[in-house]
Amino acid sequence: MQQKIDKDNLLILATTIVMAITIYLIFIYSPTDIEMGVIQNVFYFHVALAWTSFLAFFIVFISSIQYLRNESRNWDITAYTSAEIGVLFTGLTLILGSIWAEATWGVFWTWDPRLTTTLIMFIIYIGYLTLRHSLETEKTSRLSAVYGVIAFISVPITYISIEIWDTIHPRVIEISEVRMETSMQITMIFSVIAFTLLYITLMRIRKKIEKDRDKVYRSKKIK
Amino acid sequence: MKDYFSKTLQLAYKDLLIEIKTKEMITSMAAFSAIVIIILNFAVTENLSNNYSEMFPGLLWITYIFAAILGLNQSFAFERESGAIKGVLLTPIDWSAIYIGKTISNYIIILSVELLTLIFFIFLFNLTGVITALPKILLVIIVGTFGFVSVGTLLSAITSSSRLQTMILPVLLFPIIIPVVIGSVEATTIALNNGENYLPWIQMLSAYAVIFFTASILTFNYVMGE
Repeated sequence: MQQKIDKDNLLILATTIVMAITIYLIFIYSPTDIEMGVIQNVFYFHVALAWTSFLAFFIVFISSIQYLRNESRNWDITAYTSAEIGVLFTGLTLILGSIWAEATWGVFWTWDPRLTTTLIMFIIYIGYLTLRHSLETEKTSRLSAVYGVIAFISVPITYISIEIWDTIHPRVIEISEVRMETSMQITMIFSVIAFTLLYITLMRIRKKIEKDRDKVYRSKKIK
Repeated sequence: MKDYFSKTLQLAYKDLLIEIKTKEMITSMAAFSAIVIIILNFAVTENLSNNYSEMFPGLLWITYIFAAILGLNQSFAFERESGAIKGVLLTPIDWSAIYIGKTISNYIIILSVELLTLIFFIFLFNLTGVITALPKILLVIIVGTFGFVSVGTLLSAITSSSRLQTMILPVLLFPIIIPVVIGSVEATTIALNNGENYLPWIQMLSAYAVIFFTASILTFNYVMGE
C-alpha cells in the first residue's frame, strides 16, 4: 500500500515538473512565430491535447475488447475513465483549435476532414458516457464495452469517407506545410510528453476514485 | 449450418408476421415520412423540381434516417414488453441468429417504407427527372440502408435496456452512421447527374455494411447474455 502511494506521488511530481518545463519552453524559450505571432503558442497545447485524446479513445477501444474477453472490473474502469478524460481533452482541443483557426484562417470552423472527424468523435464519446449513466442493469459494463468497440471502428471509416468526399469537392482552405525550427520541435515534443503524463496521472487518480467507490458500495451491500 | 439459416429466417419471419398483422411500424414510419415531406415543402422555399439534383439527395436521406430511427427504436420493444425475449433466448441456436433475424426483418420493413417515401417524393414534388436514374438510386438505397440498419439493430438492442431508451438511440447511432449518410447522399447525387465516381461510393458503402454487420454479429452475444 505504502509503495503504491509513493508511486502515485512520484508520477504527480514528474507530471508537475515536465509541465512546468513545457510552459517555460512554450512561453519563454520558443521563438514567437514571425507570421502568426503569440497565437502560435496555442498550437503546442492544441496538438498535445489532440494526440492525448486520440490515445485516450484508443485505450477505450482496447479496454473494451479486453473487458469483453475476461470481464475484469479493472478494464471496465479503464475504459470508462479514459473516455471521460478523452471527452474533456477533445473538448479543449476543439476550443483551442477554434481560437487558433480564427487567428490563422480567419474563421472559427471549417469542414476539414480532421476537424469534422474530431467533432464526430467528441459526440460519439459523449454518447458513450450518456449511455453508461443511463443503463440500469447489471450488464452496464458489457453493453458500454460493445458500444466502445463499435464506436472506435467507425472513426477511421468516417475519416476515409470525409477524405474522399473532400477530394471531390474543392477545399476552402489549404493547409500549407508547417516547417518548424529545432527549438519549436523540442517544445512540441515536451508538450506532447507533458500531456501524456497528465493523462496517465489523471487516469490513475480517477481509477482510484472509482475503485474506492466500488469498495464503499460493496461494504454498504454487506451491511 | 442449414439449420442455423432456417432458424434465422424463422425468427425474421416471426417479426414480419407480427408486422403484417399489426402494420404498426410501417404505418407510423410512412406517416412520419409524409409529414417530413410536407414540412420540407414549407422549409425549402426554392422550387425543388427545378433544382432537385442538389437538394433532393440530402433531403431524401434525412427523411430516411429519421424514419428509420422510429422503426429501430421499436425493434426490440415487443420482446421486452411481454418478456418474450426469454423465449427467444431459449431457442437452441447461437444468439447471433437472433441478431441476423432481427436485422433481416428490420431491413425489409425499413426498405419498404423507404420505397414508399421515394414514391411520395417523386409524386409530390413532381421529380420526373429522378425516374430515369431510378435503378442507380435503388442500388444506393439497398446498400446504404443495410449499412445503417445492421449497426442500428445492434445499438437498438443495447439501448432497449437504457433508462433513456428512445432518446439515446439517435445520439449513439447518428455519429456512427455518418459515413453511410455521406456515401449515400454523394452516390445519389452522382446517380442523378449521371456523373463519375459512382462505383467507389457504392464500394465504400458495401465495405461499411460488411464491417459493421460482422462486428455486430461478433458482439451481439455480449449484448443478450444476462
